[in-house]
Amino acid sequence: MSVIRFDDVSRVFSHDRSGVVALDHVSLEIADREFVAIVGPSGCGKTTCLRLVAGLEFPSSGTVSVDGRKVMWPGPDRAVVFQQFALFPWKTVYENIELGLRARGMAAGKRREVIERYMDLMNLCGHEQAYPHQLSGGMQQRVAIARAYALAPGVLLMDEPFGALDAQTRVVMQEELVRVTRANPRTVLFITHAVEESVYLADRVVVMTSRPGRVKEIIDVRPVREANRWDQYKRIEDVMDLESFVRLRTHIWKSLRDERSGAEREVERVSA
Amino acid sequence: MKLPMKLHHIARSEMDPVSIVRQTDAAHAAHRRRLARKSASEARGGVTRRSTLWALSAAGLITFFGIWWLAAAAQLIPAMFLPTPLAVAQRFVDLLTHPFVGFTLEQHLWSSLQRYLMGVLLAMAVGVPLGLMMGWFRWLDYIVSPLFETLRFIAPIAWVPFAALWFGTSVGGPVLIIFAGAFPPCVVNAYRGAKQVDERLLEAARMLGLSNRMIVCEVLLPGALPAVVAGLRVAAGLGWMSLVGAELIVASSGIGYMMVKGQAAVDTATVMSAMIAIGMVGAVIDLLLGRTEAFAMRHRRRARQ
Repeated sequence: MSVIRFDDVSRVFSHDRSGVVALDHVSLEIADREFVAIVGPSGCGKTTCLRLVAGLEFPSSGTVSVDGRKVMWPGPDRAVVFQQFALFPWKTVYENIELGLRARGMAAGKRREVIERYMDLMNLCGHEQAYPHQLSGGMQQRVAIARAYALAPGVLLMDEPFGALDAQTRVVMQEELVRVTRANPRTVLFITHAVEESVYLADRVVVMTSRPGRVKEIIDVRPVREANRWDQYKRIEDVMDLESFVRLRTHIWKSLRDERSGAEREVERVSA
Repeated sequence: MKLPMKLHHIARSEMDPVSIVRQTDAAHAAHRRRLARKSASEARGGVTRRSTLWALSAAGLITFFGIWWLAAAAQLIPAMFLPTPLAVAQRFVDLLTHPFVGFTLEQHLWSSLQRYLMGVLLAMAVGVPLGLMMGWFRWLDYIVSPLFETLRFIAPIAWVPFAALWFGTSVGGPVLIIFAGAFPPCVVNAYRGAKQVDERLLEAARMLGLSNRMIVCEVLLPGALPAVVAGLRVAAGLGWMSLVGAELIVASSGIGYMMVKGQAAVDTATVMSAMIAIGMVGAVIDLLLGRTEAFAMRHRRRARQ
C-alpha cells in the first residue's frame, strides 16, 4: 500500500524578504497504484508538489504523508525520475542502476538479476557498460526509469521526465511508460505541462492554478479510458484521435488556458 | 601548448591556498581564453606552428644561459659567486658520483624525496577526505573551518622553529613542515569540489538511499575529482618547496642540507647544482601529476551536461 496525502499543504519561498507562495492550501489524495498527473502553467508549484513527496523539500504548513507517515527525508521507497535524468556521469548504465541496490545491501547475484530484469523492461540490453554521456537523451531517461523501478518503490515520482526529449523520442517514451506502468502498477505522481501526455498516461489529471498554486480541477480519466478501451491501441496517435480523448484533452486545455491567460495578465501587469 | 603549463606552476608558488584556488580558476579561465584566441587566430588563417612554439621555448633558454655565461665569462661577478654554466654542469655531474657532506647528489635527493613523500602523502590522505566531508557534513564544516582558516595562514616556513623544538633534526620536523604546506590546498580544493557537485546528483543519491559513506566515496569524490586532482598538484608543488625550506634548517641530509653546507663552504656551484636538481625534480613531479590529472579527466570532457 502506498497512499500519498497532501493535507492542507502550503509552501512559501522566502528568497528576499517578500515571500512567494508556491503552493496555497493544497489537499489531494492519491490512491495506491493510482497514476496521477499534475498539469499546470510553469511556475505553478507542480514540481514543488513532487519534491515535497520526495522529501527534498518541506511544506511551510500542512503535512505531506505517504501511507500515513509524514515525509521527513528522501528515500528509495519514493523513487524520483528527474527531468535532467540525474545519472552519475562517472558510472556505467549498469552501475547507475546498481547503486541504489547496493545501498540497501542486496547481494551481487540478486542485484544482477534485478538489474537485468529492469534493463530488459526498458529495452536497455547491450548498453550495460555505456556511460550516460554516450547515450541519447531518451536512452538516458530509460536508464533513470529503470533505476527508479529497480528500487521496487511504492511511489514513483516523475518530474517532467520527457520534457528534455525531442518530440519523437517523447512519444516513444510515453508509449513505453504506459506499457510499463500498466504491467507494473505503482503509485505514480507525474508532473508535466503537456496536456496530451497527462491524459494519455494518467488515471486522474490534476489541473493547478498559476501562482499561487492551488488545485483547480481534478479530471477522472480512467473511467473514460476503460469505457472506450484506449488500451487496445498500441500507438499514441490512435488514442489521440479518439473522440473521448479529444473531449478530455480540450476540456483540460481550456481549463489550463484560463490559467495561462491569468499568468500572462500577471506578466503584463508587472511589466507595465 | 607546453609552455603555459610551466607558467601555471610559477603562479602556484603563492603560499596562500585560497589565492591558489583562485589562480587555478584564473588559470582555467586563461586557458579557455587562450583556446578562444587560438581558434580566432586560426579563423584568421594565422596558425602558429608547433615548431615555432618550440623554437620560442628554446630561444628563452638560450637567452637565459647566454646572459649567465656572458656575465660569468666577463667576470662581471667574481667566479666564486657566479660560476659559468659549464662549471655548474661539471660540478653537477661530479656530485652524482662524489659525495658532498657524506652523500652524493642522488643520495641527498633520495633522502629528501622520502621525507617529501611521507609529508605529502599524509597531507593528501588526511586533507582530501577531510575536505570532502566538510563539503557534505555542515556540522564538520562549522567545527573545522574557523580553526583551519586561522592555521592555514601560518606559512610552512613559519612552522620551522616549532618543528625544530619538537623534533630536532629527526624526520618528524620536515614531515610536519611539508604537511603544513601541502595540507591546505588538499582541503580547500576537495571542499570546493564537493560544494560544486551538481545538487541534482546529491538529491538522486539521497533518493537512492545511499549512506553518507557511499555519498562521500561514490558521489562527492568522483564529482569533485577535477578539483581534487588540481589540489593534489598544487599540494605536491607546495610540499616540495616547503621541504627544501625545511631542510635548510632541520635536517642532517637532503638537498636543502646540501645547499646550506655548500653556502657555508662558499661553494656556489654546489648550491646552484642543488637548485637545478630541485627544479628538475619539481618539474618531474608536476609532470607526473599532470599525467594523473589527464588520466582522471578522461571520462569528463563529454560528460558535462
